[in-house]
Amino acid sequence: MSETKYTAADYKAGQPRWCPGCGDHAFLNSFHKALAELGVPPHEIAVISGIGCSSRLPYYMNTYGMHTIHGRAAAIATGAKVANPNLTIWQISGDGDGLAIGGNHFIHAIRRNVDINIVLLNNRIYGLTKGQYSPTSARGFVSKSSPYGTVEDPFRPAELCFGARGRFFARCAAVDGGPSVEVLKAAAHHKGTSVIEVLQNCVIFNDGTHNAVAKKEDRERNAIYLEHGKPMLFGPNHEFGLMQEGFGLKVVKLGENGISEKDILVHDAHCEDNTLQLKLALMEGPDFPIALGVIRDVEAPTYDEAVAEQIEEVSAKKKYHNFAELLDTNDTWEIK
Amino acid sequence: MAKEMVVKELNDVVVRFSGDSGDGMQLAGNMFSNISATEGNDISTFPDYPADIRAPQGTLTGVSGFQVHIGSGKVYTPGDKCDVLVAMNPAALKTQYKFCKPQSVIIIDTDSFTKRDLEKAQFQLENPFSELGIKNEVVEAAITTMCKESLKDSGLDNKSIMRTKNMFALGLVCWLFHRDIKVGEKLLREKFAKKPEIAEANVKVLYDGFHFGENTHASISTSYTVPSKQQKEKGRYMDINGNKATAYGLMAAAEKAGLQLYLGSYPITPATDILHELAKHKSLGVKTVQCEDEIAGCSSAVGAAFAGALAVTTTSGPGICLKSEAMNLAVITELPLVIVDVQRGGPSTGLPTKSEQTDLLQVLFGRNGESPMPVIAANSPTDCFDAAYMACKIALEHMTPVVLLTDAYIANGSAAWHLPDLNQYPEICPPYVKPEMAGSWTPFQRDPNSLVRYWAVPGTKGFMHRIGGLEKSSETGAISTDPENHNLMTQLRAEKVARIASCIPDLEVEGCEDADLLIVGFGGTYGHLHSAMDVLNDQGKKVALAHFKYLNPLPKNTAEVLRRYKKVVVAEQNMGQLAGYLRMKVEGVHLYQFNQVKGQPFVVKELAEAFNRILNA
Repeated sequence: MSETKYTAADYKAGQPRWCPGCGDHAFLNSFHKALAELGVPPHEIAVISGIGCSSRLPYYMNTYGMHTIHGRAAAIATGAKVANPNLTIWQISGDGDGLAIGGNHFIHAIRRNVDINIVLLNNRIYGLTKGQYSPTSARGFVSKSSPYGTVEDPFRPAELCFGARGRFFARCAAVDGGPSVEVLKAAAHHKGTSVIEVLQNCVIFNDGTHNAVAKKEDRERNAIYLEHGKPMLFGPNHEFGLMQEGFGLKVVKLGENGISEKDILVHDAHCEDNTLQLKLALMEGPDFPIALGVIRDVEAPTYDEAVAEQIEEVSAKKKYHNFAELLDTNDTWEIK
Repeated sequence: MAKEMVVKELNDVVVRFSGDSGDGMQLAGNMFSNISATEGNDISTFPDYPADIRAPQGTLTGVSGFQVHIGSGKVYTPGDKCDVLVAMNPAALKTQYKFCKPQSVIIIDTDSFTKRDLEKAQFQLENPFSELGIKNEVVEAAITTMCKESLKDSGLDNKSIMRTKNMFALGLVCWLFHRDIKVGEKLLREKFAKKPEIAEANVKVLYDGFHFGENTHASISTSYTVPSKQQKEKGRYMDINGNKATAYGLMAAAEKAGLQLYLGSYPITPATDILHELAKHKSLGVKTVQCEDEIAGCSSAVGAAFAGALAVTTTSGPGICLKSEAMNLAVITELPLVIVDVQRGGPSTGLPTKSEQTDLLQVLFGRNGESPMPVIAANSPTDCFDAAYMACKIALEHMTPVVLLTDAYIANGSAAWHLPDLNQYPEICPPYVKPEMAGSWTPFQRDPNSLVRYWAVPGTKGFMHRIGGLEKSSETGAISTDPENHNLMTQLRAEKVARIASCIPDLEVEGCEDADLLIVGFGGTYGHLHSAMDVLNDQGKKVALAHFKYLNPLPKNTAEVLRRYKKVVVAEQNMGQLAGYLRMKVEGVHLYQFNQVKGQPFVVKELAEAFNRILNA
C-alpha cells in the first residue's frame, strides 16, 4: 500500500446534483472519508454504477469511473475485476438497479465471490423515473404505479445475498456517518464480494421510509450496532440485549428475570454457518431492532484470484505458451 | 469382376458419411478429409448434425451427416451433391439420398437393414431401395458382422466393437479412392494414443474395410483417383473449422497487441465452440468467463475493455438481441470490444444448428440512437482467422466495438489452412494516452486524423476520468445535454467509423474483367458464389464476383464497382439485407437479387441457373 496520506478531498470530483436532503449526499461524504482512511490511490480505484439517482455517484469521484447501463453494473464490474485484479472496484447501485433489472447479475456476482464491493443504496423507490414502487417496497405500498397499493412482497436484500451464498453483508444508515465509514472500510478489507446495504432516504418520493433509523435517538431505540466478538446490546443505555430462543431470537432487558450481560449473544460475523446472521439481518421493528454494522464477514476463495491461479497452474503444466507453440499442438501436414 | 474394374481419374469428389448421431460419422469424415489433404488435395467439409443431442437410435431425426469435398485443385465448397454416400442405416439412406446423383455410389451396412431398422426409419416396403426408387450402384457390406468377427478376440466389449464400424466404412472409402491407408492408421494411433487397445481395434477394422474393398472390389465397376495437381503454397497445413479459426484469430491478435484476451460468453449454438476452444488455452493467458446470461457476457466484456483487456463476447443472433444495449454502451464510451455473431436460422430460436445470413441489418442497425459500428464478415472457415484478427485490430486501434459475422456453415465447416506466421501480420497499436498528455487530457480528446479518442486504462496515474452511457461534452468529457454538442458527438462517432474505410482493402473483383454480370455477396457464401462463377465462365459466359468482407464501413470503391457492370446480382441467405443496404449506400444502383433462406448452404447448380436467367433477361 502507498505511503501517501490521502484526504477525503483527494477523492472528490464535480458537484453532486442530487436533490437537497437526499441520502446520497451523506453517503458520498462517508465514502470519500472511508477511501481516504483506506489510502488506496485514486488511480487504482474504479467506481462502476448502473442507472438511477445513486448511480450518478461515479461522476463525483476523482477516481476511474463508469456510469453504465441499467442493472448491468455487477456484470461490468465482474469483467473489470477479472481482467484487472489490481483494481479496487466499487459498484454503486440502487434497489431497482441492483435487485430488479440487475437481480440476476447481483446474485451471480455474489455466488462467484468476485472481489468487488457492492453498495446497495436502498430507498425503496424509483426516484429517477419519479416515484414507482421498487422490489424493496413493502406490500401495499402506494406509489404512482401502484395507486391502490402493491400486491407483491418485497425482496429483503440480506436474504437475497445470503441465498446467493454471500460472504459479506453489512448495513448502515446513509445519515449515520461514523458507522457508515467503518462499514465501508470493513467491506474494502473483505476479500470477495461485499454487499453493503445503505438505508437511504428519498426526500421527494419516499420521504421517511427509514425514519426508524433517521436520527441518533431513533437509532438508539430502534437499531443495534453489531460488532464481531461483542455482546449484542442496544438501547440508549445498552439496557437491551438479544438472546437465542428456540430456533429464533428474543429481545431481553438486562436485570430482568436475572438476565445479565453474560447471557447475551456475542456476535460472530466470521461464523461459516449463516443461520443466526440471517436472523439478525432480517430483524425489523417494532419487536426487534434493525441490525446495523457488519453482519457477516467470512473468507472464501475469490473468483478473480481463482481465475488467475488456474491460468498459472495450467501454464506450468502445458508446453505451449504463445501462438506459434499453440499451432504446433495441432495435427499438420507439409506441402513441399 | 476384378478384371472389369476401371480406375478413373477425377478432378474432385464429394463423399457424404451418414449414420446415427452416435455412429462416428463426423470422425470418419474428418479423417477422410485429413488423409486426402495429406496427399495434397484441397479440402472442404461440412457437418450436418441434428439439433437433438441423442435422438432415438435409428430414427430419421437422429441422422448425422458429414460431407467431404476433395479436389485436385482449389475447392471452394463442400459440394452440392455427393459422389459416394455412406449410409450406416435405413434412416440415413432415407434422409440423405437426396444428396445423391444418379451415378453416385451408395455404401450400406447390410446388418443394420433389418425389418426393425426399416420400421424405425418408417419404410413401408421390405426393399428400401425400390421404395425410394434408388437405381444407383450399391455396395453392400455386412459391416457389423465383419467388425464383430474381426475383434472377437480383442477383449473389447460389444459396445466398443460397435463403435469401430465407422472405421470399416472409412477403410472401404479409402480403398475406393486409392487413399494411403497408412495415413489413416497414423491418425488413429495419434488420436487414441492414451488408449492403445482402442487404437489397435480401430486400426484393424480400418484395414479390414480397405481389404474388403480390395478383395471383393466391392462388386463395383469403377474406383477413382483424385491426384493432387494444384500448386499449393509450400508450408505446413492443418484442417480447421471456422469457430476454431475465430478463436485462434482472437488469440493471435491479443498476442500481437500485447494484451490479455478476455472472453465473456454464454453458451449458444452454433457459437459455443469458440468458448470451448478459448477456455482450453489458459497457458496463453486467456481469461474466459461463462456468464449468467448473454447480457452479462457482453457487459462483462465492456468492463474488461474498460480495465484494459482485449475484450470479446461470442454469440449467435438471439444473443445479439440481448447484447445490443451493452454493445451500445461500448459505442458511446468508445471502448474496444469484439462481438462475434455466428449466425443461425431465425427469427427467435429459429433453426439453431442451421445457417443463415439474416443478422446483417441487426448488427448494422439494431440498436437505439445513432450507433455506428464496424462490421466484418468472414468468408470461409479459414478466413475466420484473418477476419477475427482484423476485427480485433480495428476495435483496438479505433476504440470501437466491432462485430464479426460468421455463420453456422463456416463455423462448423472446415478446410485446409496454411499455418500463419504472425510476423507477417500487421502490428496492433492501441492509442494509449502518453504521459505528457497528463493534465490537459480529457476523455474525448481525439486524434485529428482518425478521430479516435485516447485510451487511459484504469491504474494509470494522472488520467482518472469518468465515462458512461450518458452523452458527454466533446471538450471536457463531462455529462452534456447541449444540443450542439450532441450533434457534434453524433457526427464524430459516425465519422470516426467512416474513416476506417482508409484502413481496409478495396473491394476486389474476381473472374471475368469485362463481365456481363457481377455477382455480389458477403460472408460465408463466398465459396458457393465463386464456384457458380467458375461454372458460368466455363460455359463461356462473362461473369465476375465481388465479395464483401467489410460491411461497415464499405470499401471506398464500392460505388464504382457496382456501377461498372451492366447487371449486378446480390446473392445472400436472407430476404435481401445486403441488397437493401447497398441501395441505401449507393444511390441509383440497380440490383438483381437471389435470396434463399433454407438453413442450408447454397447449391452451386441452383445459383448458376439463377444467374444464367439474369444474364438472359
